[in-house]
Amino acid sequence: MENLEEKYKHIKGWGIDADPKNDPTYPMKHRTNEEHKGYTWERPTQQPINIEVLHSIERPNVTAVFGTAAPPSGLSGVIRRYAFKHSENSYLHWLPLILADRVNVVEGIIEDFSTGKVPNIFAEKGYVAEWKHNKTGLLTRMAILAAVTTTALVLLTRKDDDDEYDYEY
Amino acid sequence: MFHITENKLMLAMNYRGPKRVRIDEKPIPEILHPQDAIVRVTRSCICGSDLHLYNGNVPDTRVGSTFGHEFTGIVEEIGSEVTKLKVGDHILVPFNISCGQCAFCKQELYGNCHEANSQATAVGGIFGYSHTAGGYNGGQAEYVRVPYANVGPTVIPEGMDPDDAVLLTDVVPTGYQAAEMAGIQKGDTVVIFGAGPIGIMAAKCSWLFGAGRVIVIDKEEYRLEFARNYSDCEAYNFEEMDDPVVWVKKNTDWMGADVCIDAVGAEAAGNVMQTITGRKLLIQAGSATALHWAINSVKKGGIVSIVGVYGPTDNLVPIGNVVNKGITIRANQASVKRLLPRLIEHVQNGVINPKGLITHRIPLEEVADGYRMFSNKLDNCIKPVLIPPKANV
Repeated sequence: MENLEEKYKHIKGWGIDADPKNDPTYPMKHRTNEEHKGYTWERPTQQPINIEVLHSIERPNVTAVFGTAAPPSGLSGVIRRYAFKHSENSYLHWLPLILADRVNVVEGIIEDFSTGKVPNIFAEKGYVAEWKHNKTGLLTRMAILAAVTTTALVLLTRKDDDDEYDYEY
Repeated sequence: MFHITENKLMLAMNYRGPKRVRIDEKPIPEILHPQDAIVRVTRSCICGSDLHLYNGNVPDTRVGSTFGHEFTGIVEEIGSEVTKLKVGDHILVPFNISCGQCAFCKQELYGNCHEANSQATAVGGIFGYSHTAGGYNGGQAEYVRVPYANVGPTVIPEGMDPDDAVLLTDVVPTGYQAAEMAGIQKGDTVVIFGAGPIGIMAAKCSWLFGAGRVIVIDKEEYRLEFARNYSDCEAYNFEEMDDPVVWVKKNTDWMGADVCIDAVGAEAAGNVMQTITGRKLLIQAGSATALHWAINSVKKGGIVSIVGVYGPTDNLVPIGNVVNKGITIRANQASVKRLLPRLIEHVQNGVINPKGLITHRIPLEEVADGYRMFSNKLDNCIKPVLIPPKANV
């Protein structure tokens, strides 16, 4: 029989965590069936709920701790509240959330302008790094964009000329 | 030591929309729960899974959020119920937020805690990973609020490099668990799709479980070269293959791999239809190319281990082949707390060298450039680490 330890001795740590009994492995390995008792465990202290926290309708309550990064607000908040009336099993949950995210981007720009901040899109998109490490690629993309824009403008202008020509007949 | 009371504002990454992030001043977080700690961040990574947020692919990613689920920091303030940490401790913080008391935490499923994420039952609480993962601000900032500070955070062992410690919060445990869930038996052939940090670490860890052959497949030549050197494995470019699945079959004596690992997730390249529907039109929860290949490349009765991250809706994968080939699929977010004791041992014994993955150290103030570099694979970027101005270590 092949001596695997010898074969792989150049690889530090080879086989040190091998366990023939590693089956079923994680995540079933430490199964205790604790959940058979239902939602009965002693819950941690509840974080005071003094902001709006949307919670999945697949659970009965707000978790003992929760994040406060960006409570729902504005039009995107209205859409998110609608989404959370539907379960995680439904497209009516996830698709409105994606829509809300896009609406939220516009709200973010409005918020910036309303607080006197002009978003520096060039910097936010990391074009400084792109310029430093991929000048050719960036210039190529800009050239393609310029070419496409120019072509579109030319085509639109031509169409106007044709219309005028047809009209004379 | 920097004291929170000196200044109520901090620098933090601020998400403004798909592919738009910036550094802004935001209020320093406060204790909101008796088990909270406020931590001054010393290291914070950009993770491959952050790119799903960055690209706007994760539903309920709200403008104004701060990302970052891989970080270390110094405890500046603790809540009244925190007994296992003290002010001044330098800690590494698992990316999972876990209570330690629910039925799932008691089974060491710390990535599936039931008391950390109100917004979704399908995922636990994760720092800086959208409201779908609990709505927590993350560690790409000068300070961060760490809930359940008695449970997840671990004091960095004396002498351990913070660069090693920060990669123990996600990359190392996720790569290790990918190999662990794969149920590798001695001599097994393991094929890993994806040569990002997680794929490279999964390759490294597959040897620890006794793999006989480890193959990494990706399309980025510099990453394949990195994987060969870091993980002592074979690495091949799928763009040079007619069909990656046929290639795997041919190279496993027409049997298929014993084990396949999906270490890519939603951003996978390699299949036009998956790319258009999963990454451009978002009509499926990311491009499932790597998972598709994994299912079709594994042997009959083999195991597919998934650590690549996907969105919460649907993906196009050949589930019929899973049934007909008798494949076992195992998947989960890494249970960092469960794995830490063993992994710290491996780092201290020199079996794993986490900081060897770090290719870029970027000031927090340049976070937008960091995302761009990582996302567009500029300057041979494998793993970028953000250093806040007040890191001081």
